[in-house]
Amino acid sequence: MSEHIVSIKLYYAIWIALLVLTGITAGVAFIDLGPFNTVVALVIATLKAVLVLLFFMHLKYASEKMTSVVVISAIFWLLLLLALSLADYSTRPLGVS
Amino acid sequence: MSDSPAIVESHNPAQQHHFADMEQQRQAASLGMWLFLATEVMFFGGMFCAYLIYRYWYYPEFAAGSKTLDIWLGAINTGVLICSSLTVALSVRAAQFGKRKLLVTLLVATILLGLVFLGIKGVEWASKFEEHHVPGPSFHFEPTAHSHPNTKIDPQRIQIFFSLYFAMTGIHALHMVIGVGLFAVLTFYAWKGRYNSAYYTPIENAGLYWHFVDIIWIYLFPLLYLIDRKK
Repeated sequence: MSEHIVSIKLYYAIWIALLVLTGITAGVAFIDLGPFNTVVALVIATLKAVLVLLFFMHLKYASEKMTSVVVISAIFWLLLLLALSLADYSTRPLGVS
Repeated sequence: MSDSPAIVESHNPAQQHHFADMEQQRQAASLGMWLFLATEVMFFGGMFCAYLIYRYWYYPEFAAGSKTLDIWLGAINTGVLICSSLTVALSVRAAQFGKRKLLVTLLVATILLGLVFLGIKGVEWASKFEEHHVPGPSFHFEPTAHSHPNTKIDPQRIQIFFSLYFAMTGIHALHMVIGVGLFAVLTFYAWKGRYNSAYYTPIENAGLYWHFVDIIWIYLFPLLYLIDRKK
């Protein structure tokens, strides 16, 4: 099996989507959504990252299962690092180490 | 073995002797690249974790520091990186079709976009030096200009925001410099005609690296520039 060749139209569509999402993030930042400003910004960033991963990085077409294992492990380790650290620091009095 | 001529006739000059065939070589190289990117996630992850904890502790200072960054330059740079990701994706496609001229053009376009990004970043850093927002003995922050007058802002804590800003954007820019250098080498070999539809793994793997650096910036932009922009 050789590598999948992605159609040129799809590349342009992803490119436009990424640019539009960038515009939306910057625009939404000026609207007061309370704590949801951060949530919206991170959701859009994650959406963009997923688009890049799946289409530009060809993860959607990867024939090797091991690639997905590596990607999922990387995300898992990152979330482990962030979640356990925050679980610790967020349950202490402010600024005490 | 004298009775196996079939193996000799299918041998691609780019194939290393320790791989059974080109497909196995490509898969091994690709998996290696993804493993490297997993270590990069950990590398940047440490800084993102530090950012998260300090932002949680010193939110008013992080918001005030974030407001001094130029949101438009940040947004334009995001767009520049996204365009460079497109040229990289298209260059992999050009290599898959063995279009040498198109491949070289797209690689040069990628290098130029990378340099534009670094140039804009340099302008932003230079203005931070002029405003004395670089952590150190000369650090100075005028709280009233950028924050609510009734919020207490501790300049020491703002220095932590700017330390993280310079560390994260600096390491990201270092990755960009390495990427530009990588693509410069690949452009030379592509111009020489080394890559074709049977062998384009270096283009593909450099592309994976470039897209990864793009993803890091996709997160850095909202985290550093857009903390508290609401009116």
